[in-house]
Parts: sequence; structure tokens; C-alpha cells
Amino acid sequence: MSILQITDLHVTVDTDDGTKQILKGVTLTIKDGETHAIMGPNGSGKSTLAYTIAGHPKYTVTGGTITLDGVDVLEMSVDERARAGLFLAMQYPVEIPGVSVANFLRTAKTAIDGEAPKLRTWVKDVNAALGAADLDPTFSQRSVNEGFSGGEKKRHEIAQLGLLNPKVAVLDETDSGLDIDALKVVSEGVNRFAANGDKAVLLITHYTRILRYIKPDFVHVFVNGRIAEQGGAELADQLEATGYDKYVKAAV
Amino acid sequence: MTVTDIARDSVASALEQGKVESHLHPSGSYDVADHTAPTGREEVWRFTPLKRLKGLASDAVFNASTTEITWNTPDGVRVETVVGEEARGLRGLSGYKPSTLFGARILADVPETLLVDVPDEAEVAEPVIVNLVGSDADNTEAGHVVLRFGKFSKAVVVLRHTGSAALAQVVEISVGDGAQISVVSLQDWADDATHLTQTEALVGRDASYKHTAISFGGDLVRMDANVRYAAPGGSAEMLGLYFADAGQHIEHRLFVDHNEPKTKSNAVYKGALQGKGAHTVWIGNVLIRKAAEGITTFEENRNLILTDGTLCESVPNLEIETGEIEGAGHASATARFDDEQLFYLRSRGISEKEAQRLVVHGFFNDLIRKIDVPAIEEQLVKTVEDELAKNVIGKNI
Ligand SMILES: Nc1ncnc2c1ncn2[C@@H]1O[C@H](COP(=O)(O)OP(=O)(O)O)[C@@H](O)[C@H]1O
Ligand SMILES: [Mg+2]
Repeated sequence: MSILQITDLHVTVDTDDGTKQILKGVTLTIKDGETHAIMGPNGSGKSTLAYTIAGHPKYTVTGGTITLDGVDVLEMSVDERARAGLFLAMQYPVEIPGVSVANFLRTAKTAIDGEAPKLRTWVKDVNAALGAADLDPTFSQRSVNEGFSGGEKKRHEIAQLGLLNPKVAVLDETDSGLDIDALKVVSEGVNRFAANGDKAVLLITHYTRILRYIKPDFVHVFVNGRIAEQGGAELADQLEATGYDKYVKAAV
Repeated sequence: MTVTDIARDSVASALEQGKVESHLHPSGSYDVADHTAPTGREEVWRFTPLKRLKGLASDAVFNASTTEITWNTPDGVRVETVVGEEARGLRGLSGYKPSTLFGARILADVPETLLVDVPDEAEVAEPVIVNLVGSDADNTEAGHVVLRFGKFSKAVVVLRHTGSAALAQVVEISVGDGAQISVVSLQDWADDATHLTQTEALVGRDASYKHTAISFGGDLVRMDANVRYAAPGGSAEMLGLYFADAGQHIEHRLFVDHNEPKTKSNAVYKGALQGKGAHTVWIGNVLIRKAAEGITTFEENRNLILTDGTLCESVPNLEIETGEIEGAGHASATARFDDEQLFYLRSRGISEKEAQRLVVHGFFNDLIRKIDVPAIEEQLVKTVEDELAKNVIGKNI
């Protein structure tokens, strides 16, 4: 059982021209077994929502709450949130020169589980997770995200999702910049994760394309720092036809 | 670490800088009387806190050594302290002609020379490790070391400095034609040590010379590592790794003198600084003389600032006297921990301190791999670990 509850969330970011309000009251409840899609135009605040859930220091929560199973997430540090079961697949995964994927995955797994993974099965597990993301075993010797293609970075995020096995996965435009084969690999990874049953997925996307492979239970249209409309999978089809224009105009 | 390059220059922009009054080719002299003690105003001394040098650069008495020196002697290698005629014959073997008072004094006054002699064509698999263990931080002393590598020889020599000393030192290296040589100088001194050292290498035709400077310990360490070429075709790889803690001054100066055609040089120095008053200096001088056509050179210095209160200087300097160059460039960057990297790691459950540790290891890792001396690699990784434990992982942050 897990519930991620976001209530009336207000978030600002400090820019060169002063403090900017980005999220203007977001309310969203995501339960295990559910897949929610957040769709919205560029600049609407989708990544801000994702980063705020994960605890990125650049974003300041000025109002509202986030709880995971009733526990205050905003009180937790970034790593505590991950250990509590939150996972963010980033829109722009960060390069860590000199740190091998193998070392990184092992350190992360140890931190999440509170104990080192069993030597006997670990290498097999890593190779399986990489393989499922269509990444070669030699990948584990490369530096984290360094020199990865756009698609490799995203598939590496999905491999981590499989290995770290969180409660709630937030995927920030994991589909953007992928060709159709990579999109299928990523979608299968998310579906495999969701198929565990007790998992919640928050899928952030700009395009409806990925929703052909991942069926959302709920679709939220995100415009100007707020949810402008909610519905089922059919809302995505409607967006496919009409685009965001009507919501953007209404929000101004 | 995401670094902002403050200088990544091509030949063109280096040429644009125009001619500065060069300090890169002083003529030098063996006569002590031709030299004066530095005042600190000289270009080559301006970063060095002379007061903390215990007179090593000026008039300190060079006392009898209290530094214990031991070594292993792999088959075919001669390691010995030589005196008299033989010692005198080795002075200037690398073509070194002192441009400093301490250098001239060492060549003129120090009676013995520690000689590592690798004969022509010897291929020595096991590294020669010379341990210099100091025992008195107040005993000013001086040493002359010669590493002579014969033609087509292959060898690795490690000079490992530990303990306490106030040591002025000249290390002369002669790399024979076609030889493939790696020299590592490890400064893992106790906190109170002072080390002023000059390494001078002469690289033979088509020889490859790798020099690695690793400085962790000591109150003040200043190393000048210079390279010249005896003939065309030689290549020099200059690697450096340093880690300065509170109050430490660590200074590395390199000078690669491309005086022969078709020579190569590549320098990579990486440093980390932590704690109040940690001070590092990196000066990378490269001179491409008129005769040195078809050379390539690249130098790079990267520094990672781990805490407030440190001071980091990084000055690449390329002087070019010919337009016929294959390639030349330099990069210098000094950066703090990158928030995005730490966020990424922490978002995977990794604690802040562990994330910092990973980033620093990553920062040094590729360099440690390049050193490629398995005998010291493990110790190096551990020393980096210990340094980090002092601050980043410790409670001082
Ligand atoms: N770190 C930041 N610094 C300055 N402005 C930011 C920052 N993050 C987001 N913004 C601004 O906030 C708005 C929403 O950005 P973002 O959350 O990235 O939107 P989306 O992911 O929907 O494209 C944009 O106008 C963006 O420029
Ligand atoms: Mg975004």
C-alpha cells in the first residue's frame, strides 16, 4: 500500500530576475496500482513538480504538502526520499565522470536496501537490468551518463528503476528524444515495473506517443503551474487531436 | 563534476596573447656565486611562501641527512649512493644547469648522489621503489638523485617520500633513446615536512617518459618538473595529483621545453583542496622553440574545491616561437562540487557524504588509472580515501 499525496503545492525558483512562482497550487493523489500521466506544454512546470517531489535544492516550496503514506516528504532530505521509495527518472540525467555504472548502481542499491546486495546474484541482476533496457553488460564499466547517447541515458534510468525497485516512480519526459525502438524498450520497462501491482507511476510527457505503449489510468493536463483538466485515457486522445492551445489560452 | 573552462585555448589564441617577457629560458649557471637568494618578487617565486621554506631556497645549512633511504633492486638494476668522482660526473647528466641558488648549491655542495642505473636494453618488470623516510622536520638537508635509463630500456621508478624533513632536492633523469620510462614521485609527508624539489628530465630520441607527481602531505611542497628533449621524436606525459588540506601549500610547476622537432607532451594535473588556508599552485609552462616543428602539446589542470577558505591558482602558459605545429592547447578549470551531480546521486538514495566521496573518487580515478603502476595504485586510492575522511566524510563540514 502506498499513496503519494500532493496538496495545494506552491513552488518558486530563484532566477536572475528574482523569485518566480512556478507551481500555483497542485493537488494530486497517486495510489499504488495506478498510472497517472501528466501532459502539458513546455514551460508549464512539469519538471518543477518532478524535482520538487525528489527534493531538488533549487526549488522552494512556499505552500502545500507532499506526503508518502502519510509521512511528510518535504521534511526529508533528497536521499531520504529515495530510501523512502521515491524514484525520479530525470529528463536530463547528469554525468558523473570517473564513477562507473557498476559502482554507482551498487552504491545506490546498498543505500536503498540498507545492506550490500548479495555478491552471488548481484552481477547477474545488473546484467539482467541492463539487458532489459537494451544495454550491453560492458555498459557497467562506463562512467555514469558520460558519453551516453540521449537514448542510452534514458534507458539507463529505466535500468535503475528495475534494480532499485521503488514504490513510486516519477518519469520526467523519459520518452522525449527516443526513437521508436528505444521508446518501446522504455515503455516495457515501465510496464514491467507497474506490473508488480503495488507500484505507482507518475508519467510526465509532452507527447501522446508513449501513451500508445503505457496505458494511463488518469490523465492530467498541466498548464501554467496548475492542473487544468483531469480525465481518463480518453483525455489523451482528445489532446492528440486538439493540442494544448485551448488550455493555454484559458490559463492566460 | 561540471567544470567551467576558464581557458581552453588553441594555438591561434595563444599566439594572439602576444609576446610577454619570458622567464622560460634563463641561461643558468653551475657557479653558486652567480645566483642570489629569492626575494619573493621574482615571477618564479611569487606564489611560494618563502618564510615557510626554512631557508632551503636561500642560505639554510645543508646538514647531514637524517632521512633514511631504502630501496629494492630488481635484477639488472643498480641502485647505490655514490660519492666522489662518480657523483661529480653525474651532476648535470640531464643537461640541468641551475637557474636557482638552491639548485646550484645542491650540485656544488652535496657530496653524494643516489643513483638508479638501468642499463641499455634492460626491461625491468618490477618497479624500483626508493623509500625516503624523514625523521626531523627541522633538519635542513639536501639531496641529489640521478635516474639513468639506458637506450631501449623499460623501467618504473618510484620515489616515495614520507615522514618529516626539510629537504631541498634535485632529481636528474636521463632517458636514453627509445626507452620507455615511468617515474613517480610521491610526496606523502607528515604535516610538518618541507620539500623543495626540482626534477629535470632529458628525453632521448623516440623515447617515452612518463612523470607522475603525487602530493598529499607536508606543510609546504614545491616541485618544479621540467622536461627537455635530447633529440627528435621523444614524448613526455606529465601527470599530477595533489590534495591540499588546511594550511598546506602545494605547488607544482612544470616546464616542457619543446626544443626538438616531432616531440610530444601531454600534461594532466588534478587537485583537490579542503580546509582553511589550503593553497595550491599549478603553473604549466610550455615553450615551443623555433626549431620544434611538428610537435604536439596539450596541458590541463583541474581543481576541485571541497570547502570554503581555500586558495587555488592555476596558470597555463604556452609560448610559441614557430607556426609549424601539429597541435597545441591548454585547459584550466577550478570548480566546486557540482550540485546537479550530488542531487543525481542522492536521488538514488546515496547519502550526501557518500555522494561527495564518489564524485571526488571519480574526479581522480581516470588519472590514477593513467599512472598505471599497480604497486602503488591501491595505496593511492586509500590515501585519497584517508584525505577525504579528514574533512568531507569527517565532521569538519
Ligand atoms: N532552475 C530554474 N531556474 C530558472 N527558471 C526555471 C528553473 N526551473 C524552471 N524554471 C522556469 O520555470 C518554468 C517551468 O519550467 P519546467 O518545470 O522545466 O517546465 P516543463 O518541465 O513543463 O517544461 C519555465 O518558465 C522555466 O523557465
Ligand atoms: Mg521538463
